[in-house]
Amino acid sequence: MASLNEKSIKKGKKLNNNSLKFAAIFFNTKLKMVAKNHKIIELDQVVVKFAGDSGDGMQLTGTQFSDTSAFIGNDLATFPDFPSEIRAPQGTVAGVSGFQVHVGHADIYTSGDLADVLVAMNPAALKYNLKHCKPSSIIIVDVDAFNPKGFKKAGYELDPLTDHSLDGFKVIKAPITELVRATLKETGLDSKTIDKSRNQFVAGMLYFMFNRDIQTGIDFLEAKFAKKPALVESNVKVLKAGFNYAETIEELATTYVIKPNLSKKGKYRNIIGNQATAWGLMAASERANLPLFLGSYPITPATGILEELAKHKELGVKTFQAEDEIAGVISSIGAAYAGNFAATTTSGPGLSLKSEALGLAMITELPLVIVDVMRGGPSTGLPTKTEQTDLWQALYGRNGEAPIPIVAASSPADCFDWAFEASRIAIERMTPVILLTDSYLANGSELWRIPDVDKMPKITADIVGPNDDSYLPYNRNEKTMSRRWAAPGVPGNEHRVGGLEKSDGKGSVSHDPINHETMVHKRAEKVRRVADMYPVQEVMGNKKGKLLVVSWGGTKGGVYTAFADFAEQGADIAFTNFNYIFPLPKETEEILSNYDTILVCELNSGQFADYLRTQFPQFNYKQFNKVQAQPFMVSELKAKFNEMLEA
Amino acid sequence: MTDSIKNIKQYTRKDFVSDQEVKWCAGCGDFSVLSAVQNALPEMGVNKEDFVFVSGIGCSSRFPYYVDTYGVHSLHGRAAAIASGVKVANPKLSVWVMTGDGDSMAIGGNHFIHILRRNIDVNIVLFNNRIYGLTKGQYSPTTPLGHVTKTSPYGTIEHPFKPGELAMGAEGTFFARAVDTNPKMMKEIFLEAEKHKGTSLVEVLQNCVIFNNKTHHEITAKEFRDDNQVYLKQGEKMIFGKEKNKGLVLNGLKLKAVVIGEDGYTMDDVLVHDAHDTDPTMAYLLARMSLPELPVAMGVIRAYKTVVYDIALEEQVAYVKANSKIKNMNDLVNSGNTFSL
Repeated sequence: MASLNEKSIKKGKKLNNNSLKFAAIFFNTKLKMVAKNHKIIELDQVVVKFAGDSGDGMQLTGTQFSDTSAFIGNDLATFPDFPSEIRAPQGTVAGVSGFQVHVGHADIYTSGDLADVLVAMNPAALKYNLKHCKPSSIIIVDVDAFNPKGFKKAGYELDPLTDHSLDGFKVIKAPITELVRATLKETGLDSKTIDKSRNQFVAGMLYFMFNRDIQTGIDFLEAKFAKKPALVESNVKVLKAGFNYAETIEELATTYVIKPNLSKKGKYRNIIGNQATAWGLMAASERANLPLFLGSYPITPATGILEELAKHKELGVKTFQAEDEIAGVISSIGAAYAGNFAATTTSGPGLSLKSEALGLAMITELPLVIVDVMRGGPSTGLPTKTEQTDLWQALYGRNGEAPIPIVAASSPADCFDWAFEASRIAIERMTPVILLTDSYLANGSELWRIPDVDKMPKITADIVGPNDDSYLPYNRNEKTMSRRWAAPGVPGNEHRVGGLEKSDGKGSVSHDPINHETMVHKRAEKVRRVADMYPVQEVMGNKKGKLLVVSWGGTKGGVYTAFADFAEQGADIAFTNFNYIFPLPKETEEILSNYDTILVCELNSGQFADYLRTQFPQFNYKQFNKVQAQPFMVSELKAKFNEMLEA
Repeated sequence: MTDSIKNIKQYTRKDFVSDQEVKWCAGCGDFSVLSAVQNALPEMGVNKEDFVFVSGIGCSSRFPYYVDTYGVHSLHGRAAAIASGVKVANPKLSVWVMTGDGDSMAIGGNHFIHILRRNIDVNIVLFNNRIYGLTKGQYSPTTPLGHVTKTSPYGTIEHPFKPGELAMGAEGTFFARAVDTNPKMMKEIFLEAEKHKGTSLVEVLQNCVIFNNKTHHEITAKEFRDDNQVYLKQGEKMIFGKEKNKGLVLNGLKLKAVVIGEDGYTMDDVLVHDAHDTDPTMAYLLARMSLPELPVAMGVIRAYKTVVYDIALEEQVAYVKANSKIKNMNDLVNSGNTFSL
């Protein structure tokens, strides 16, 4: 009990008889468990980190645990933490693959700061993750992997299980390898396959620890290995063995429940950010009644969007895996000219390669969504880690004056909404739009309330019909300033677009100085008017006062969580998160004017803060920055807010 | 295209002339290519609105402005990638890439080889004048070794590409060559290129009157052309010369030009052209032929049938659609593992 986080302990309470019965029925656990005087503690939330070698199946076990949590109605957020090497040397710290799950009875907005429970399949996993554990957390280790060979690979000089470095933690030394081998001895499986199911032993232990119905874990395995019945059988055996082992050992006399999150009503699924982005583009394509084309080149961490879209030919999605980043965006511009709804996906270095093409998309005024899944930079940087360092590139990274609207997603699930919104802006306003997500959102997952796509807004493209005598390529809609879309295949509207400056209206090549200035201004004005499409920018907390904390995109979850804690205590604080980055919402200046200090929190050295300074230099901005290619921890945000409020 | 052929409108050359003033240098070879294209388009059986001309950057890349069809004048080197997107997005269109040796062999080299490898049904006309014209006279990837230009004042020290060889190395399925001085030949070859399903590459030996004048003189000049060009036609003997008395024969693993009736060579020895051969060996030999030992091959050197990207993609989409239970987004978002809370 002492091993779980303070807040949980404070709120944790012994269940009364009724809720015990409820727990037993709800979780389909055997009543004998309760009869054995196991203490059951109710928790608001828990963070579990699974860590092992790249090949140890930690991602799978993490997904299984989170799916089970979702099944019983917990809110959740997950984050995989894996090395950029596919299979770094076994047993080394470089090869540790992790998966963090944050589940809760309350609403969950981040994958959690520090772990309450760490599963370490080898010494390296322990070494790498110990600093990410709460001081009194439960650590489950496979004691069979803690041998001199394992210590050496991990860089331990002494056995960490005996050298007192784990004092204060509750360490459960489970002989996992040995017990798994014994469980599967009779199956005739080879030893490699047998050892690969060690992850299910751990899963079984956690099902017991958290009073989960083991059947949901079995169902997961049956779906996962549908085509390999032998693997289902062996994994289920190990899962049950882990469950029974946990039930037997002294150390787990106390178990935990996390009750369903009752604010969540309706039909949900667990969704990963990249999948949500892909589906958002597909939903936009359906609501615009335009076929979806994706031109893309594989790049971490954006590849998942290309892979997801490549699956969906049943809905007519065409994916074109291009020869390079440039061809990825350029083929999309071609597809957009030809009348498809086109998108391209990339990450930082890829966006650099696409810069010239974005200028072309901008001057030809064709609809196009460019998804940049930001990662640690500059250059190749930290490909599997997260950062918000591409903002300036997205805002300013083109030759000439080439404004392009930018939106940013804030959570794995809302990647769906922001991909949809980026598409709506692109198609209705005839402009390329950059959607910024990041590695943390792209690979993280959370519960997503399944929308009724038929009830989402319709997206209306202004497509020119046959033989429209009034059509001129650069005539504009008076309200939106956008030009019309005349695709080939339709008679009578033959016209040429291109990168050379064009004459206003007619669209012939023009080097006329006044025309050039006119066109630059009109293109900028068109983008400025994109802000007319936005809902009102939301502010939470005090409407006027001392401190406004500001996040943008992917830092929303952490900043909101920290803010909510202060707000609950009545602190003089307000919070706003920006998803519409360029142009900014119209209320921005008024909102900022209401606070003495504006604290801009972002995972870079202050790009959004500087951007706000250029727009509204009159305000008092402070910054909270982190450039460690890791998300903010709620605790460090709280410490900063506290410092600001006390100042 | 065949089932809609009765709906094809009738056109003349004039229908494909845009209202833009053509701004190439007087005497530029590009004029005759433009004219040959405008003459060929009405005979292709394609509606005007279904043509898209795409280009990159360079003198020849101004081409789309001068034909009254849909068109994109894109970025340096990127025409093949734009065209790939246009064709894949709407396979009904007849898509043409107008490009130069700098545009497609240098900065656009990657897109060039990959469109050929994928065999997307796009027609590429490569204006090869062996120089950068629009930037005023720097050597290009096809400039002959040792040639003096503004950026090679002591002669180039780079080996030039032969576009045909590059195309075949990239698994290209159609390669043809023409000269800008022969409008009839160009028109015939453009029509063949349109008919071919897959990427068609037509290299036009084109003269830059300002920066590389007479670069193809020995091939194109009136006094040399009959002896220095062999116009290959499917199923016909490979003969050439003013008197049509010369032919190509196989001599070991090499081609040899002979005079029929001399040195014991008869018409029976002369090779018959088969562009449809799936084996590329002969096409390589023909594409490589160069002066002074051998005449330069014109006509369709290679045209064979294999999987076409855009057709295969449409077939895949149709197959997957027919065999999937998921018919719309609501089906998709509600599929798989969901939780009702």
